[in-house]
Amino acid sequence: MIEQKDASRGRPPDSQEDYALDEARLRQQAIGVKLRQMFDQVVSEPVPDDFLDILRRADERKKGGS
Amino acid sequence: MSSGAASTDDVAFRQELVGLIPHLRAFARTLCGDATAADDLAQDAMLKAWDARASYQMGTNMKAWTFMILRNQFYSEKRRSWRQSQLDQEAAERTLVAVDDPEAPVALDELRMALLTLPDEQREALILVGAGGFAYEEAAEICGCAVGTVKSRVSRARRALHAALEAGAYDRDGSPAGDAMGSILADADRLSGAR
Repeated sequence: MIEQKDASRGRPPDSQEDYALDEARLRQQAIGVKLRQMFDQVVSEPVPDDFLDILRRADERKKGGS
Repeated sequence: MSSGAASTDDVAFRQELVGLIPHLRAFARTLCGDATAADDLAQDAMLKAWDARASYQMGTNMKAWTFMILRNQFYSEKRRSWRQSQLDQEAAERTLVAVDDPEAPVALDELRMALLTLPDEQREALILVGAGGFAYEEAAEICGCAVGTVKSRVSRARRALHAALEAGAYDRDGSPAGDAMGSILADADRLSGAR
C-alpha cells in the first residue's frame, strides 16, 4: 500500500488510472455520507404517538389479563 | 409467575426498547420504502420484541436483537403474500415519486430511489453496515448468514448503487435523470466539511 503510494508520487498527477481510482473512492465515500444522512434523518424524526400507545396497551393487557 | 407489578427487568427492557424505536423506524423505512408500511412494520417488530422480552438477555445487544426481529418480520410478511409485496412496491414507488418537499435535498431523493432498485438482501446489508453502525459480524447475525456473504452483498450493493446513480438508472417519472452523483458529491462535501 505504502510502496504503491510512494511509486505514484513520482508520476505525473494526470495519471488517468490513479485519477479514476481516487475518483471512485471519493464517490463511494460521498454515497456513504448520504446513506448515513438518509438514515439519521428518520432516526431524528419525532416518534409517532401510536408507538408508545401500542406499547402501553400491551403492558396493560399483560397486567389486566394475568 | 410475577404477580401483576412490573418487574425491574421489564421497566429496564421497556426503556431500552423505547429508545430504539427511532432506529427501528429508520431501518423499516429503508426496507419498505413506503413510510406508512414501514411504521406498521416497526410497530409489529416493537410488539414482537416486547412479547419476547423473556427470551432476551439483558446486557446483550438489544439493537441487533430488535433489528433481527424486524427484518425477519419483513421477510415473512413478504413470503406470506407475494401480491401484497407487489402492492407495497408500487406504493413505495408512488410515495417516493410523490415526495415533494422543497426542503429535501435532491441528492437524498435520488439516493432513496436508487436504493429501491437494489435486491432486498443487498439493500439490507448496505444499510446495516453503512448506516446502522453494525459491524459485519453483527450484520451477519442479524441477517442469519455468513460474514463473507454480508461482505459480498455490501460490496455488490455499493457498486450497483454507484452505477445506478451515475446512469440515472432509476425511474425518475418523466424528469431527466440529472446529475445525481454530482449533487451527492457536492452535498457530501458540504456535510463533511473541507476534506
